[in-house]
Amino acid sequence: MLAQILASLVDGILLGFVYGLAAMGLSLIWGVMRVINLSHGAIMALGMFGIYLTFTHLGLNPYLALLLLAPASLLFGFLVYGVAVHRIINAPYLSSLLATFAVNMMVIGIGTAVFTTSLYNVDFSLGTVRAGVLALPGTRLAAAAAAVLITAGLYLFLYRTRPGKAIRAVANNRAAAALMGIPPAQTLALSFGIGTLLAALAGGLITTFFPFTILSGSGYQSKSFVICVLGGLGNPLGALLGGLILGAMEGLIPIVLPVSWVPVVEFTLFVLILLIRPSGLLGART
Amino acid sequence: MKPWRQPGFWIPLLLILVGGGVALVVRKDTLREMTFTLLMYVALASSLNILMGYTGYVNFGHIVFFGLGGYTGFYFISRHGWHLVPAALVGGLTSALLAALLGLAVLRLRGAYFALATIGINEAARAFVNNFRPFGGPTGLFVNFAIYREYGGAPQALWLTYTLLLITTLVAVAVSYTVKNSRFGLGLLAIREDEDAAMVMGVRTPRAKTIAYVISAFFPGIIGTLFFFKNGNVEPGDAFRLHMSIEVLVMIMLGGNGTILGPVLGAAAYERLRGYLLTSPLFKSLHLAFAGLALLLIVLFIPAGLVGWLRRRFPVLRRWLE
Repeated sequence: MLAQILASLVDGILLGFVYGLAAMGLSLIWGVMRVINLSHGAIMALGMFGIYLTFTHLGLNPYLALLLLAPASLLFGFLVYGVAVHRIINAPYLSSLLATFAVNMMVIGIGTAVFTTSLYNVDFSLGTVRAGVLALPGTRLAAAAAAVLITAGLYLFLYRTRPGKAIRAVANNRAAAALMGIPPAQTLALSFGIGTLLAALAGGLITTFFPFTILSGSGYQSKSFVICVLGGLGNPLGALLGGLILGAMEGLIPIVLPVSWVPVVEFTLFVLILLIRPSGLLGART
Repeated sequence: MKPWRQPGFWIPLLLILVGGGVALVVRKDTLREMTFTLLMYVALASSLNILMGYTGYVNFGHIVFFGLGGYTGFYFISRHGWHLVPAALVGGLTSALLAALLGLAVLRLRGAYFALATIGINEAARAFVNNFRPFGGPTGLFVNFAIYREYGGAPQALWLTYTLLLITTLVAVAVSYTVKNSRFGLGLLAIREDEDAAMVMGVRTPRAKTIAYVISAFFPGIIGTLFFFKNGNVEPGDAFRLHMSIEVLVMIMLGGNGTILGPVLGAAAYERLRGYLLTSPLFKSLHLAFAGLALLLIVLFIPAGLVGWLRRRFPVLRRWLE
């Protein structure tokens, strides 16, 4: 029994790193530009298919393919920002919700036409690592490690480089940042690009252990909302922690309740946290 | 100010009555099915508009009331053999009650936080119904065909459902007009412009918002019962599609957020457009992408919607288009 709990917990937490990575993108975009990015799930799906295509047609190792996916998704983020978000960045938030949802519809619409909605998978394995009672799939360990590396990279970028500091300044106060000579449009575009990049990479990592369809993104997007609220909207490091909490919950709840109750618990918790502590469990904003 | 003397009041009602009445006169099944979907979206959009258009609170969970109200009404029809009319009313009242309870809690949140919470409510409701035994779990509920005998056969039952939906739609639009032109409605509009200022000016915002939420939730409950009765079954996937909530939002934006005629025209236009895209061989597989493109163009370039744009561009029309 104890071994089973431990196994589910570790399994859930490893998955939680990847969830956290996805949520970080959503959280960053919200924190910097106060936009809830409803195209998040669609971008994750694009990341999944990016890895799928490079793996099956070019035979590229999925982890190497992530290096190609990163700049491509960054550029895609700039494009989405320029076309859909830039014009309405100061409009009421209904506009940005609908604009990003429109992008979501377009991506899913084209994706469905190209890939249909059937199930795909990336047939890639790294064997199994055994540690005592635990048997961990290598791909999950690698995904968790990649998520940690990417998070560390994001932190170095945000705290140690000039563009990163500019992003934090804009998040803090856009008008004041503009007065200090930080170009707002470029900085916002960069943050949106990075948010997109994180979503796409998380999607790419998920392909190494779960099958997916073009519509899979929306489920992960909903999870990302829950995680953002757990960790505090606009706080990327909180998002990673929120991801771990959600992953642990997903591992542990099925022990006491049928698996199908997991979303009930998750979303009830989500609404409750929004009501009691809208700033998130970890409170403070960066 | 007598509402029936105002063109803004009777133009939308007349449009619905004529558009919906044709099927009743012609008595063709295909026309009825088409108009049914159309009227359903008109009523859903008009009722959502009472919350979203007037108070500015974006609700992604409007379909929760459609789903839960529909489930409740359908439950009484299929398990207890109730007649459609009381069952639909109970469906509506259940939704309204749920909205009152939810509203007291959730409407304390503002702006994007409220929108996020409604997404959460939608997902939680779907997951809950999926697991709730009396509602049939993931397979849902069915009606026994014997039930149609009470209405004089299946065709009669379907025509009755259609007539009831037409009446519901007319009532929803009339209520939407009455609310907008009342003192209470002015309070709601004040909340949309500036909630803090409205509070200072003596609008009791929590109460006003909750009442608006309750009114806007009542209609989808009724419509849900009618829709699922027409289909003969109900299942969680059909009842809680986040997608449908957003389609209704798109319709309101297309027609004009916060106007009376806007949701009516927007719903009709969106439905026709989608029907065209789905049947045209060229756009068939890309209809979602085109709908997305249309939405993006509206949001970016005419955020006031069709009616809002006309009112601004041609001030003469303001008397006619409310």
